[in-house]
Amino acid sequence: MEHFIALVTKPDNVPIVAILFLIPYFIWLSYRQARQTDKAGVPSDAHLNDKVYVWPYLCRNEFVCAIIVMLVLGVWSIMIDAPLEEPSDPTKTPNPSKAPWYFLALQEMLVYFDPWIAGVVLPGLIVAGLIAIPYIDTNPKGKGYYTIKERPFALAVFSFGFIVLWIVLMVVGTFLRGPGWNFFAPWEAWDPHLVVPLTNVNLSYLFGIRDANTANFFGFVVVAGYFALGPIVYLWKHKTSDFLQELGLVRYIIVSFLFLTMLSLPIKMILRIFFKVQYIWVSPWFNI
Amino acid sequence: MNEERKGLKEKITNSDIWRSIFRHGYENTGRRYTLQILQNVWLHLHPPRISRHALNFRFTWCMGGITFLMFLVTAVTGVLLMFYYRPTAEYAFADVQYLEFDIPFGMLLRNMHRWAAHGMVISVMLHMFRVFLTGSYKKPREFNWAVGVILLLVTFFLSFTGYLLPWDQLAFWAVTVGTNMARATPVLGHEGPFAPSEITQSNDVRFALLAGTIVGPSTLLRFYILHCVAVPLLASALMALHFWRVRKDGGISGPL
Ligand code: HEM
Repeated sequence: MEHFIALVTKPDNVPIVAILFLIPYFIWLSYRQARQTDKAGVPSDAHLNDKVYVWPYLCRNEFVCAIIVMLVLGVWSIMIDAPLEEPSDPTKTPNPSKAPWYFLALQEMLVYFDPWIAGVVLPGLIVAGLIAIPYIDTNPKGKGYYTIKERPFALAVFSFGFIVLWIVLMVVGTFLRGPGWNFFAPWEAWDPHLVVPLTNVNLSYLFGIRDANTANFFGFVVVAGYFALGPIVYLWKHKTSDFLQELGLVRYIIVSFLFLTMLSLPIKMILRIFFKVQYIWVSPWFNI
Repeated sequence: MNEERKGLKEKITNSDIWRSIFRHGYENTGRRYTLQILQNVWLHLHPPRISRHALNFRFTWCMGGITFLMFLVTAVTGVLLMFYYRPTAEYAFADVQYLEFDIPFGMLLRNMHRWAAHGMVISVMLHMFRVFLTGSYKKPREFNWAVGVILLLVTFFLSFTGYLLPWDQLAFWAVTVGTNMARATPVLGHEGPFAPSEITQSNDVRFALLAGTIVGPSTLLRFYILHCVAVPLLASALMALHFWRVRKDGGISGPL
């Protein structure tokens, strides 16, 4: 418990404690507005879109907002001192050594994937996927107001990625990871000598495959099947739907690839945690 | 008395000096409200008029503006910090200590810089969340969303390069851990898949980032220059573009 409290009260972790309150607040705020829209219909342009002068109306708001934020920042800066530890020493490795909090979701991914995926390929795809969003979301509705009814799929995917895969993993990495990057519940004491037996096996092994070449082929089939099968079946069943017609083949392939890539993280987490799976595909060049 | 004062005021505001500085009066008319925005270098990125719902806190959460405010705070406090800080392995840590204990308000200065930087990361994340929830990335704002994503990365990179500068254990190991993954970059990292044999520890991408095989004095200098000069310039340029596009894309998105 004292380790957990030490983490929560660490000056550099104040932001993430703040996030724990801010995110639910803003989810609630937007959910309420979305429900209102979905019940009463899209707010009409009638009075919402009439024009007001920026000076004084907007500038006044900006000014008040700036004052409030500066007050909060001022109080925060007076109350809590920025940390300064001992001088850096390359020979003294702290355990655990953690990146700054906003990178801990990435560091958390390292548990489940090799560094080249978790540290390079997935972050690259996240950025590419984020930039691609406006170009692959062809739904013209729900622009400029909160709604759930008009874009449930887009909202579900993004919120899952943002809240679960980013915020929650960040919180786990910050508060629940101890020495050796082992998981410690808040009430558990950190045991720096804790040795977790490495009993993980590869997926091919679970299926009774012992030969390396077969295992390589098996892994390839599983990964390729994962990315191809679902999208092909869905395409075949719904090829005449308005949604797919609007989307087009290229966009459809990109959407399904990005979507399945995102889902691969929770899938790998489940496989690791409940089935002790180390790798899905072991090849001579890389492991996934 | 009152008459006299009025006369004096008129004399001042009608003088050549006053009129050379202030280009409009202060009457309560729509014309003046418009001029107030158009003729002010700081405000003229705003349009003179906006739709009423853009004022609504519940719509924008003010998060884009707060991100910008946090950036301004870090810029001002950062310049002040630079007066006391030398980016070398010998001096960096001692300078931060000196700043904390011997410079008047030095600790407060450092705190404000650090917490504003953290605040900027929080607010930029929330800003992105709200832009998604309101579907504001849709036509015609696709490109501005892309600019935003780059700004998000730039914000992280600003924060990360600054993290090293106190040169304490926290800084050193956070940056060590944070840059370790670059070893595993496919093709370009010496431990990554498909790396050709010419790629070694001392010429891969991690080496380019750290200016060495481990975090060392050259890393400190490199991060210092990135943190204080290169990345803030890039961020400023991108923010100018971002704000310009908000306006050119028709102002804050709304139901139409
Ligand atoms: C340094 C970072 C950033 C700054 C200073 C910034 C600032 C702003 C400001 C002041 C606005 C006006 C509306 C508002 O306050 O919400 C705005 C709008 C917008 N921002 Fe950002 N932003 C940043 C990062 C981002 C990011 C990360 C994204 C998305 C990935 C983004 C996408 C947008 C879009 C699409 C709009 C138009 C919203 C609308 O019309 O409703 N920005 N930004």
